[in-house]
Amino acid sequence: MTDRAWVATRKGLFELVANGTGWRLGRASFLGEPVSMVLPGAADRPMLAALNLGHFGVKCHASDDGGTSWREVATPAYPEQPRDVEGDVPWKLVQIWSLAGSGGTIWAGTLPGGLFRSTDGGASWQLVESLWRRPERREWFGGGYDVPGIHSICLDPRDADRMVIGVSCGGAWRTADGGATWELAAEGMLADYLPPEQASYQNTQDAHRIERCAGAPDVLWCQHHCGIWRSTDNGTLWHRIHAPLSSFGFAVAVHPQDPQTAWFAPAIADQCRVPVAAALAINRTHDGGQTFETLRAGLPQTDCYDLVYRHCLQVGGDGRTLLMGSTTGNLWASRDAGESWNCLSTTLPPILAIRFDGGT
Amino acid sequence: MARLVFTQQLRRFTLTPEIDSPAATLREALDSAFAANPQLRGYVLDEQGHLRRHVTIFIDGLRLRDRERLDDALSPTSEIYVMQALTGG
Repeated sequence: MTDRAWVATRKGLFELVANGTGWRLGRASFLGEPVSMVLPGAADRPMLAALNLGHFGVKCHASDDGGTSWREVATPAYPEQPRDVEGDVPWKLVQIWSLAGSGGTIWAGTLPGGLFRSTDGGASWQLVESLWRRPERREWFGGGYDVPGIHSICLDPRDADRMVIGVSCGGAWRTADGGATWELAAEGMLADYLPPEQASYQNTQDAHRIERCAGAPDVLWCQHHCGIWRSTDNGTLWHRIHAPLSSFGFAVAVHPQDPQTAWFAPAIADQCRVPVAAALAINRTHDGGQTFETLRAGLPQTDCYDLVYRHCLQVGGDGRTLLMGSTTGNLWASRDAGESWNCLSTTLPPILAIRFDGGT
Repeated sequence: MARLVFTQQLRRFTLTPEIDSPAATLREALDSAFAANPQLRGYVLDEQGHLRRHVTIFIDGLRLRDRERLDDALSPTSEIYVMQALTGG
């Protein structure tokens, strides 16, 4: 569906409704509260919103009527932390960073690195212990946060038991048995923020965002801290890609059918997270990353310091409708695959996530 | 009976009963409030049972001693205020 979407921000959740060829902002929910992630509802599960209340912790709310009314449901919770283990992160939920749905199952990726599953619409959550108890998990570290977190949950539309997750900073991991067992899936990625002998170590790669092509599910794209990578074999091996302007960024949008097409929002570099030359641009490839077009029409080209965070560049199911939001609170839309953009708002709170209705 | 009062800020999210409790420690007093409204626990304590980082508690005008143990002793006339810290923006 590309006629409704949701914009999760630092100060509320905003509905976005198609208005002819454009969009209009609709209902605001949780006004004033940070909404870290939203998952649109489906036939067998409610819509979910993850709040990160500044004082009172993470909370989950569910809606059975498409965001009109909300009820608080359970929040994922870590088990009691063993006292005899030193050097681990506190087993305390810091943030829900990713939500994905498959049928009646909801997956939640969190800071400090736990993956949770709910099969009852958020009424209860179970920590995926098989991943949390992996000894490698203790090597993960935070990227931009004090603790590591799971920001990407790439379900496989062919098989509900298969998924790839992205961890910052903990590489990419995959399961083929519904989360019973896991293996690292970050071979080929390189981290230049680590000593040279550790640069290719899979378990501490800083994947900023991983997205799967729904129509060709073995193809995954990764916007990494140190560049862009692509896999054509479900994460077995990743190949590096070089984009114009800069290969640094947070977000990647992947065409829902065409595994050769993806969009990126470049920023100068990790130590300077603003658009190159203060001009916002989108890099688009149609050939798997061999070549790119840099698209600018309708985007600010002077004095622009917007950063597009990892969940804030989204493509709809038609492969042509795009939405993009920035940490400055600007929101843009494209109806022509990124060739041209319209600004929908310059006055939203910092944008944390955008989701189209009907997406997983 | 010790008296337990929660910040009005919490009323946006959940019920905050004003409790008169015979509890001898802070944690017992909090537990009596959570018994009246189980949802309140997750707003005040994290899943390890520790006081949330941006919540604070005053007992008879003094800030609590230990945010994890919550073992401050109460007197029958203690007044306990559960407050939010001044953070955010």
